[in-house]
Amino acid sequence: MKVLVAVKRVVDSGIKVRVKPDGIDLQGVKMTINPFCEIAVEEAVRLKEKKLIAEIVAVTIGPKQGAESLRHALALGADKAIHVTTEARIDQAVQPLDVANILAKLVERDNYNLVLMGKQSIDDDFNQTGQMLAGLLDWPQATFASNIQITDGIAQVIREIDGGLQTVKFKLPGVITCDLRLNQPRFASVPNIMKAKSKPLETIPLDKLGKLHNSIQITKTEAPAIRKGGAIVENVDVLIQKLRNEAKLF
Amino acid sequence: MQIIRNRFMVNHIPRFGFKYMSDSTFLNEEHLQIQKAALDFAKEKMLPYSAEWDKKHHFPKDVLRELAAMGFSTIYVKQESGGVGLDRLTASVIFEALSYGDVTTTAYLTIQNMCAYMVDQFGNEEQKKTWIPRFGTFDAFASYCLTEPNSGSDSKNMKTFAKKDGNDYVINGSKCFISGGSVSDVYLVMCKTSEKDVSCILVEKGTPGLSFGKLEDKMGWNASPTAMVLFDNVRVPQSNLLGKEGNGFKMAMSALDGGRINIASCSLGGASFAFDLTKDYLHDRKQFGQPLAAFQGLQFKFADMATNLVTSRLIVRQAAQMIDNSHPDKTLYSAMAKRYATDSCFNLANEALQLHGGYGYLREYQVERIVRDLRVHQILEGTNEIMKVIISRNLLK
Repeated sequence: MKVLVAVKRVVDSGIKVRVKPDGIDLQGVKMTINPFCEIAVEEAVRLKEKKLIAEIVAVTIGPKQGAESLRHALALGADKAIHVTTEARIDQAVQPLDVANILAKLVERDNYNLVLMGKQSIDDDFNQTGQMLAGLLDWPQATFASNIQITDGIAQVIREIDGGLQTVKFKLPGVITCDLRLNQPRFASVPNIMKAKSKPLETIPLDKLGKLHNSIQITKTEAPAIRKGGAIVENVDVLIQKLRNEAKLF
Repeated sequence: MQIIRNRFMVNHIPRFGFKYMSDSTFLNEEHLQIQKAALDFAKEKMLPYSAEWDKKHHFPKDVLRELAAMGFSTIYVKQESGGVGLDRLTASVIFEALSYGDVTTTAYLTIQNMCAYMVDQFGNEEQKKTWIPRFGTFDAFASYCLTEPNSGSDSKNMKTFAKKDGNDYVINGSKCFISGGSVSDVYLVMCKTSEKDVSCILVEKGTPGLSFGKLEDKMGWNASPTAMVLFDNVRVPQSNLLGKEGNGFKMAMSALDGGRINIASCSLGGASFAFDLTKDYLHDRKQFGQPLAAFQGLQFKFADMATNLVTSRLIVRQAAQMIDNSHPDKTLYSAMAKRYATDSCFNLANEALQLHGGYGYLREYQVERIVRDLRVHQILEGTNEIMKVIISRNLLK
């Protein structure tokens, strides 16, 4: 069984974000693999260690530095990597529907039985790509996975939803998006980092697989308002008045 | 005070970490990948426990085994021998990142690496096959024995003697300040095999006549056991000789430059941690209605700390690269790097303590542990005074 794992290279969650008029300042900023994508890679590696899948292929869309995330995935245990190259800004111009279409083309080309992805990326937080991909392929999907079991071609996934935990079962092929508590990714050991250098990495220019339509336009990017101090109120009436008229809560 | 206390107890994953001082000069993509792996490991598996290990004098053998699984115990041992086969610059990056989490365990790790390197460089096939795989998993812990009670800087004047007797050597003497002493499984013992010749002989723990002094009670490096190693008619087969008789000194010299880079790298990591702690503290702590970061006197101290950290890092990495390239000046630069980085980093940590005010004196705030741990780096692997001897001799000859 072959698995495709989609990974995205995003701004590191620990850095201090600088806002420019045209978006986040990416110049010289520390980038890393999206944490949910890393969890997806780790899950694929664990499934392979349990001998449930035979081959893991990692794919990313982005400029040449995007290969770093692929090499990280290879160091964690992926077998091959595909780099779909584009110079477009991956935190703005590479959008879920376009990504889903490109991934769908790769799925059809290479015949995967399962696609694993992070539930969302921490730069745009769309949480759409996995769902759209399943729709385009007409495949079943399970999102926000916190547990995955695969037996005889049937996937059983426990999903974390607002109401609690939901268990779904479907026959593969399908799409599963991964949530935080699914696993904790391993450290890439030095021998594995070195082995990753000789694993196959295929490069495909984006326009061979699809197009970026930019159907969503970013109109404004601004930093959250600076936290203002609170105020002590004398009684509940004053509190209600402030909540209604100043905070505009109701 | 409450706000500052919570900062350490609530945060599981430290917010700070190389984000303030992450320059990647000299480093290519592979170095950065390995640095990330080492730093992630250090922040998760070492940093949260460092204070406890220091307080309890606990030698974390299990964490060292995990470090070995990451490939960090035979970093520059050749791949054909079973090591990872990377260069000194990568080793420097790894040790710097790991000592961000804990200086002491990383320093011990550098000793394991050095012993493995010596077996790889000078051992015969039998010795390499026996020991390198065991070093690579920390199935065997190694110690390096050179210093004696009466010969530190004057190492050529050592008295421990190995006399030939039939097919064996019989060793008598004593070594002191040995990291791993009484815990390590094998000791690489530098001893005299004739009046002038120094040789390196492997002695395994449990060999009759081999005994250890009590564990030393030190200022820092508390997570690492240090003890005297005593040889009373210790009999080992002559096949335990590493390399050739009389080559001991050349072997030691070839290991020294790298050892100096290693210890300097450990200083860099510890200093980085003290630096990051200080930056946060200067913002958080307020006096006279302002954060400490607003006072020029303190700003100037901090500016010097930053500059010295960056320059230390640069010279250490340059020297590491020179060793990798077998540059004729590698010994000169390694001595300069060791002397400069260990002094600068200790002073940085000491200054960091001062900038923390009264809190700097409390164990809870961690900066004093860095001061205690880094202090010995100015002394071992060749005192900084000996470094100056080497530097001036190299330049004035």
